[in-house]
Amino acid sequence: MRDVAVVGVGMTDFGELWGKSLRTIWAEAALAALADAEVQKIDLITIGCMSPGLFVGQEHLASLLADELGMAGTAASRVESACASGGLALRTGFAEIASGLSDTVLVTGVEKMNDVDGADATYALGTAADQEWEGFHGITFPGLYAMLARAHMQRFGTTVEQLAAVAVKNHANGLLNPHAQYHLKLTIESALASTMVADPLRLMDCSPVTDGAAALVLTTVEKAEKLAGHRPIVKISGSGLATDTISLANREDLTELKAVRLAADRAYAMAGKKPEDLDVVEVHDCFTIAEIMATEALGLFEPGKGAQAAEDGLTAIGGKIPVNTSGGLKSKGHPVGATGVAQVAEIATQLRGEAGDRQVAGAKTGLAQNMGGSGGSSIVHILEVAS
Amino acid sequence: MSVGIVGYGAFIPRRRIKLEEIAKVWGADAPSYKRGLQLHEKSVPGADEDTVTMSVEAARNAFARSGGVDPVEVGALYVGSESHPYAVKPSGTIVAEAIGATPDIHIADFEFACKAGTESMFVAQALVRAGEVKYAIGIGADTSQGAPGDALEYSAAAGAAAFIFGDDDDRNLAEILATYSWTTDTPDFWRREYMHYPRHGSRFTGEPAYFRTTMSSAKGIMEKNGLKPGDFAHAIFHQPNGKFPMRVGKKLGFTNEQLETGWLSPWLGNTYSGASPIGLTAVLDIAKPGDLVLITSFGSGAGSDSFVLRVTDRVEEVRDLAARTRPQLDENQIYVDYGTYAKLRGKIRMAE
Amino acid sequence: MISPGRSWREFPQRYRLEAEKCTVCGKIHYPPRVTCSKCGARTFESLVLPREGKVVTFTVVRVPPAGFTEQTPLPVAIVEVMDGVRLMVQIGDVADPDEIEIGMPVRLEFRRISSDGEAGLIFYGHKAVPRLDA
Repeated sequence: MRDVAVVGVGMTDFGELWGKSLRTIWAEAALAALADAEVQKIDLITIGCMSPGLFVGQEHLASLLADELGMAGTAASRVESACASGGLALRTGFAEIASGLSDTVLVTGVEKMNDVDGADATYALGTAADQEWEGFHGITFPGLYAMLARAHMQRFGTTVEQLAAVAVKNHANGLLNPHAQYHLKLTIESALASTMVADPLRLMDCSPVTDGAAALVLTTVEKAEKLAGHRPIVKISGSGLATDTISLANREDLTELKAVRLAADRAYAMAGKKPEDLDVVEVHDCFTIAEIMATEALGLFEPGKGAQAAEDGLTAIGGKIPVNTSGGLKSKGHPVGATGVAQVAEIATQLRGEAGDRQVAGAKTGLAQNMGGSGGSSIVHILEVAS
Repeated sequence: MSVGIVGYGAFIPRRRIKLEEIAKVWGADAPSYKRGLQLHEKSVPGADEDTVTMSVEAARNAFARSGGVDPVEVGALYVGSESHPYAVKPSGTIVAEAIGATPDIHIADFEFACKAGTESMFVAQALVRAGEVKYAIGIGADTSQGAPGDALEYSAAAGAAAFIFGDDDDRNLAEILATYSWTTDTPDFWRREYMHYPRHGSRFTGEPAYFRTTMSSAKGIMEKNGLKPGDFAHAIFHQPNGKFPMRVGKKLGFTNEQLETGWLSPWLGNTYSGASPIGLTAVLDIAKPGDLVLITSFGSGAGSDSFVLRVTDRVEEVRDLAARTRPQLDENQIYVDYGTYAKLRGKIRMAE
Repeated sequence: MISPGRSWREFPQRYRLEAEKCTVCGKIHYPPRVTCSKCGARTFESLVLPREGKVVTFTVVRVPPAGFTEQTPLPVAIVEVMDGVRLMVQIGDVADPDEIEIGMPVRLEFRRISSDGEAGLIFYGHKAVPRLDA
């Protein structure tokens, strides 16, 4: 396998982008990454997008978007794994280069969620669950994660205050991210007073509905060395992909995100790394409880200790292991297909030392964890500065 | 060989609304309504309950008491209601599918205002008697509506009763000794297609409709079979409110003791096609072997079906194998206010 | 968004709680599937799930999906009916959602789950209701 590097990073603002269509936001992110990378030739475009069909009535993005970029003729592929579609687009690009099929890949993720109303967006997101045996009963995504939260609270004593602490931290980080959807200072009190969405999760425990796109350019480390200039070369040293049962009723242990654990194990093995080696992490905080459970599944904290760790500030910028310096899905926004790519954009930016006020000093090794549905799939990538 | 009930069951939803709650909204004088109608409260179906769901649960209770009748042995199933969930598509097929009685089965939905339940029973037991089927099920169930602010709003309630009929002497818990129906065209109460709520002839619904019809039916069955009121341990009449069944019972010569077990309307309301059938289940819950029971229904339009039954020994062995009726009525109620009631009954205009 | 054909196909599971048991390792699947999720075998015998169980975890959905507005607030739970057999169901007949607890004994009752608007089909299934005599 060849070594793969990230040489270009780009994203749009995340938010309610009423004036821009899916193809426009996608193209803007792609062009930003291409400008950052200064590569000459793209062999493949990968696109992570959960459901352009349900959100904007459009499929066949491979053709549409390659064309949009003036690159009709280039190989292109849209991949899907619900909210892990972006991570899967990265995995696909990584594998193409590692295997020698492609030299340079434009990895992208996009979702345009605001062209449908709330009920239709909820329905589209709901297709990430088991439509027949979960969705049929009227459950929503907040509802599924609320059930996981309740099981975690029952077993480990996790509290709603600890959930709120995760939201407060992520909003504090989001204030430092110019692309974030929300720039608001959240307090524990106002988080706990926000509208109940699905007991015990409130509005401030839930990531928003967002339009946005993000992109990366990958190439071989060998080529990257010629392009890098004085910037550190960011290598993808580990990639892990895993699934778990789609429906919660079939989960072995409702307090564990097994897909995350398996994906992480595979990524750590490939990279030759352990949780202690990580300097900065982006996790899939579609809901506050998801961040807590993901940090446990990644081995950053023991099972049941993730909530206390967040409350104690261990995951803040400057803490023992900063999590979601970008603001996470909670304040940055969650344009579903783009999230996995945006997470890696943040890690690459951190490893390049270009994260400004969000910078984790001396970050050399980072991890991004992307997840689909209620933990039915997960993709983990480990990046490090190549020496 | 005699035809009888081999299994019976009732289902009453848990929610209730008190008369005062309804009266408050319309500025009506609750105490006088309560006295006049002899009603205190009524059952309210949840948004997830309808004629079909209640029929399924009532039927399941009936099977629990049937000594192991296999649903595939049922040759006919009828559901009588004036609130079938579909205008076109039978309730009976859904019920039969849910209890596992399809596909070797005859199914039809019945309709005749409040007597659709006893009609189902009438036809079901007749098929068994004719030797056409081994077992047949007759169900009466309703979630009827009363127009907001109308007198019927105080009484229109929800409930179901199901009876499995067979000719197994070993399984019969009550034999059907006689049946009789008295029917004329009497336009006391009606609902035109596409209208939400029924209309009625006010005081015309009393003497010329309810009383004339039920008395003729009850007198008719007694005369034809050489029976007098004193021969019966229990009598159940259709109960559109608390007052009418008591008055007709007394006029015919029945006592309070004979009438009170099957008299549920003051706390249940009028469950329309379920009314006298549910009353019958309450009687079967406590009747003694050898008791003679009269049940006389009434359906506007108008008609009345009467049955004379004799309770057997077996009733004592099986009555506790499923939820009894009176506890369903008297225990674990969930009281709702008028706003919740209106929401549950679809009286609030929702967004399209 | 459930077609007549799809709703009809699901009746054995929705209406009668029909499940399947692997003849090789004994794992029970509800709903049934093509291969055993535990041992991969493809031979099964049918069974009907019991209608009594307990709540494993739950939530109360306050922001409903389309089609469930009238049923809000909507309690939904994972209920375990026999060792290891779990299913997702709504919880019905609860006066106050605060009374729902993990471990609460429930009974499965036939109920209306949703409908395709005022003019479309009605979808029936089972809901869990509190088992008050347990």
